[in-house]
Amino acid sequence: MEHLSLFLRALFTENMALAFFLGMCSFIAISKKVETAIGLGIAVVVVQVITLPVNNLIWTYLLKEGALAWAGINVPLHFLAFLTFIGVIAAIVQILEMALDKYMPKLYNALGIFLPLITVNCVIMAGSLFMMERDYDFSQSVVYGVGSGLSWAVAIAMLAGIREKLKYSNVPAGLQGLGITFIIIGLMSLGFMSFSGMPL
Amino acid sequence: MAKQATAKEVLLDPVFGNNPITLQILGICSALAVTGKLETALVMAIALTAVTAFSNLFIAMIRNQIPSSIRMIVQMVIIASLVIVVDQILRAYAFTLAKQLSVYVGLIITNCIVMGRAEAFAMQNPPGLSFLDGIGNGLGYSAILLALGVVRELFGSGKLLGHEILPLVNDGGWYVPNGLLLLPPSAFFLIGLLIWALRMWKKEQQEPAAFKLAPQMKAED
Repeated sequence: MEHLSLFLRALFTENMALAFFLGMCSFIAISKKVETAIGLGIAVVVVQVITLPVNNLIWTYLLKEGALAWAGINVPLHFLAFLTFIGVIAAIVQILEMALDKYMPKLYNALGIFLPLITVNCVIMAGSLFMMERDYDFSQSVVYGVGSGLSWAVAIAMLAGIREKLKYSNVPAGLQGLGITFIIIGLMSLGFMSFSGMPL
Repeated sequence: MAKQATAKEVLLDPVFGNNPITLQILGICSALAVTGKLETALVMAIALTAVTAFSNLFIAMIRNQIPSSIRMIVQMVIIASLVIVVDQILRAYAFTLAKQLSVYVGLIITNCIVMGRAEAFAMQNPPGLSFLDGIGNGLGYSAILLALGVVRELFGSGKLLGHEILPLVNDGGWYVPNGLLLLPPSAFFLIGLLIWALRMWKKEQQEPAAFKLAPQMKAED
C-alpha cells in the first residue's frame, strides 16, 4: 500500500516534467512527433529503472555517512555522490547500449539514437538525487524509478500529441515554435497541479 | 562559431543575440524551478556562471590531451568536480539557501549549457577565450533567470530579496498579490512571453510556420 502511494505520487503529483520541470531540454526538443517522443520516453523509463536501484545500493553501502561500517572503516564519502551518480549513469547507458546492440538489435534500432541523449537528461540524475535526499530504501527506489520514469514518458507523449495538432493552428509569428510550446507546457502543468490535492 | 571571434563578441553575443535559454533551448530545467524568489535565482545564476566558466577554462587547457573517444567522460568528471566544489561552498556559507535549491545545484552537472559549451566551444578554442565564452553564456542564462525572478517575486509576493516593495493588502497596503506567479506553471508562461517579446525585437530568430493557412481561413476570424 505504501509503495502504491509512492508510485502514484511519483507519477502524478510529483511528475518529473510538469511539477519539477526536469529533463526540459529533450522534453521540448524531441516532442515534435508522437512516435519519437514515445521512443525516448520508453528509453528513459528503462534507464531510470536500472540506475536508481544501483545508485541506491552504492549510496547505502558505500557513500552514506557511516555506510562503510561493515568494512570497519569510517570515512565520510557523501560529497562524492554527484560524481559517482553521474559516472554510474554514464556507464549504465553505455553498457545498455552495447548489450542492446548485441542481444536485441530491433530494440536497439528503435532506441539507439536516444540512448546517448539520456546521460545528460536531468530526469535520471534528479531521480538519484531525490532518492538520496529522501532516504529511500531499496524497494522504494525501485518503485520510485518506475514511477518517475513513467511520469516523464507520459508527459512527453502528451506534449507531442498536442504539438502535432498545433502545427495546423494560426500562431502569431514571434510565438511560433518555442514560445507557444512553453505556454502549452504551462497549461499542462496547471492541469497537473490539480493532482496535488489528492491525499496520498 | 567563427574561429577569430573577438573577446567582446564571445562575451556579449550569448546575452541577447544567441541566448542559451530562449534560442538554443538549453538549461531550462533549473531556469523554471528556482525563479520563485529572486534570492534563489541569483544564487543559481552565480553558481552556473562559475561552473560554466571554469569548466570551459579547464577543458580548454587540456583539450589537446583528451582522446576524442572518452572526451564526454572527461568533461563530465571536470564538471561534476566543479559542481561538488560549488555545492560544498553553498552548504558551508549559505546552508538554508542550499536546502531550498535542493537537487537543483546537483543538476548543474546535467545542465545542457555547461556540457554544450564544453563540447561546442572549449574543445576548439584557447583557455582565455573559452573562459570568457563560459562567462558570456552564464550571463545569458543569468539575465533570463533574474528577469523571471524579479517578475515572479515582485508581483507574486510584493517583495524583492525579502524587502517589501509593493505593500500588500493584507498588511494594510494596496497591492493584491498575484498568487499564480508563485506557482511553478507561471514560469512557463513568462518564458513563453519573454521569447515572444525577444523575437518581435530580433525578427531573424523567428521560426517559420510548419503550414501556411489558406487565405479563406484567415478571412473568417
